[in-house]
Amino acid sequence: MVVKAEAWAAVAGLCRDDSRLGFDLLSCITGVDYPEREDGAEIEVIYNLDSIANHHELTVKVKLPRDDPRIASVEEIWRTADWHERETYDLLGVVFEGHHNLVRILCAEDWVGHPLRKDYEPPDSFHGIKNVIY
Amino acid sequence: MSELENRNPDPLTKNVVFLTAVDDIINATRANSVWPLTFGLACCAIEMMATGAAKYDIDRFGSGPFRGTPRQSDLMIVAGTVTHKMAPRVKRLYDQMPEPKYVIAMGGCVIRGGPYVKHGYHVVKGVDLLVPVDVYIPGCPPRPEALLEGLFKVQKLMKREKILDRTRRTTKPEVYHAVYPGLILRNAEDGIWANHWGSQGEAARGVGGGGHRWRGPVCGRQGRGVGRRGRALPR
Amino acid sequence: MTEAKIRTEEMLLNMGPQHPSTHGVFRVVVRTDGELVLESESHIGYLHRCFEKCAEGNNYLQVVPYTDRMDYLCAMMNNWGYAVAVEKLAGIEVPERAEYIRVMVAELNRVASHLLAFGTYGLDIGAITPFLYAFRDRERILKIFEKLCGQRLNYSYVRIGGVTFDMTEEILADIEAFCDYFDPKIIDEYDNLLSYNGIFISRTANVGVMPADLAISYGVTGPSLRGSGVQRDLRRDAPYGIYDRLEFDVPVGTGEMGQLGDCWDRYMVRMREMRQSIRLVRQVLRDIPEGPFCDKKAYRAVKPKAGETYKRVEGARGEVGFYIVSDGTNIPYRVKARAPSFSNISILDKLTSLSDVMVADLVAIIGSLDIVLGEVDR
Repeated sequence: MVVKAEAWAAVAGLCRDDSRLGFDLLSCITGVDYPEREDGAEIEVIYNLDSIANHHELTVKVKLPRDDPRIASVEEIWRTADWHERETYDLLGVVFEGHHNLVRILCAEDWVGHPLRKDYEPPDSFHGIKNVIY
Repeated sequence: MSELENRNPDPLTKNVVFLTAVDDIINATRANSVWPLTFGLACCAIEMMATGAAKYDIDRFGSGPFRGTPRQSDLMIVAGTVTHKMAPRVKRLYDQMPEPKYVIAMGGCVIRGGPYVKHGYHVVKGVDLLVPVDVYIPGCPPRPEALLEGLFKVQKLMKREKILDRTRRTTKPEVYHAVYPGLILRNAEDGIWANHWGSQGEAARGVGGGGHRWRGPVCGRQGRGVGRRGRALPR
Repeated sequence: MTEAKIRTEEMLLNMGPQHPSTHGVFRVVVRTDGELVLESESHIGYLHRCFEKCAEGNNYLQVVPYTDRMDYLCAMMNNWGYAVAVEKLAGIEVPERAEYIRVMVAELNRVASHLLAFGTYGLDIGAITPFLYAFRDRERILKIFEKLCGQRLNYSYVRIGGVTFDMTEEILADIEAFCDYFDPKIIDEYDNLLSYNGIFISRTANVGVMPADLAISYGVTGPSLRGSGVQRDLRRDAPYGIYDRLEFDVPVGTGEMGQLGDCWDRYMVRMREMRQSIRLVRQVLRDIPEGPFCDKKAYRAVKPKAGETYKRVEGARGEVGFYIVSDGTNIPYRVKARAPSFSNISILDKLTSLSDVMVADLVAIIGSLDIVLGEVDR
């Protein structure tokens, strides 16, 4: 299911609260970088939802422009989104609007760049430690 | 104690009076009660735990108590991948350990980045960029037997200490220049620690931080140790 | 000096990243008032080994060893999760015998993983003896695995299209002997040593109570979620492999020592799961068919068509999921791993703020969530 970025917050609320949908478990948030799409460079954010009571799954895809990827945070709907969104921000640079503490989670605090973007170049050295490739 | 040599020259009292050097007796006690720092980082830590547990039982070789604090330990077993986020902590823990201190680099990641060497942007490619390493133990992860072998190498190193010889702390270490083609050598003069983490880094005093040693084929062989100044160990 | 004159103040305490009871390089900053934890903040990433970047630079078969190193305590399940996802993407059929072998090694690995969780939990609480007992039995499993694939920890045994080596009669006999040896130990030794020990119960019961709805909202899965009384197990709810043909129970927390969802419940779920795993292994031993152990084509190279998929399996700590995007080449375009520990540990900050928690209880809560940092940080 592909959802527009503006509609995502409303759709997410519906997914959890509607009794027939009942997606109470946010399993995974994935970001994928597509720098060479025909209709402009894109970043896709993929949400894997799961319902423990109804035993069904749903994959929601949101497409964002690559140069300014912004999407509403769903942290208030599924608490687990807090860390997953921070991770996606850290590795792909997707900005989740409304997140209470959108800082790097995996890389060091002063890391530069978003490593999972396809054009990412690792630094030659970080704080004086050389990044030797043998 | 059987390894200590009775240096009493007098045949009459040889069986009664045991004479030995202070160095020897201190080194023997030190080498037979190694206190490693509990420094598990990743997969290798599980093998380190297995070495301490029931089947392999590191206590048999005089190295039982894994300490939680660096101030009580004299051996740092770096077991697992060191990342850039963890690197300042590794350096600080090493600095907090009292002299004489030894470092074992356990596992491929600690030696050169292991499987993460090519794409691992966040992985430090070898802990010897941070602290001087005495013994390298290759493997992913090394078996507990390999860790025990590495411990024996450290014990051998310990038995070569001289308490009156302060040269290890004051003279400039030997720097291995490019006599081994194709090997990457770490430069002694960068003083990277002095710039970044204050002057407590040993490189500032020219004592071995930052890894001035030739780090070549030791990585390739199981448990072969190299001394502090790059000398191969006596077999 | 009267009591009023003693000045008290809050203190910030930094626990980790090098701390013996954080199971690796996990860091918690706690604001304490004396012995009470008022607030805690978790920091992760000290073991961020760039799994996802490595996966984008290697071909499908070469990614398998990286999945081992994510959760190094139950590597078989990580291999399996990745293999299931790629098999779905590439439409590879797995031979019958391989499916049986997979269940067998995965369940044995689950036992090994829970044994380590049991041993280190004892260490965290202050009981050293159970650790030695747990490792004694864990070594037996590792010995079987070593015979099977030559590794003690990072097996890379379950691979795309089947498994790497065939199971021999000798190893099957070893596994059977292990089941006979291990089954009575759980009740005779472990329960007596730790589970029903009075001190252990008072350290863990009513500590770190995790309500079910909160746990689900935080994405907690696996034994930690079942400890809160939720009947959720992917092996039964969304069967993969041959789990739909096997009989087993899903143990959940009962709240028999305190409130439902406390540390003791989570611990006990693991102990009961070990018995179910042995039961599963016995059924597989009984039914295992003859035949090939791996799809011959997939053994050499895998090149799925363009597409994407998300598959999950039940690991020892929860749901191990892989989201794989393929662009039609033999190198994955994107591999995202859903690591159970990552979600499980995110609830820690909430648990410490829910009730009055002592510093020593914090250690008990972290231990009961049973995290592996390789998986949290990937």
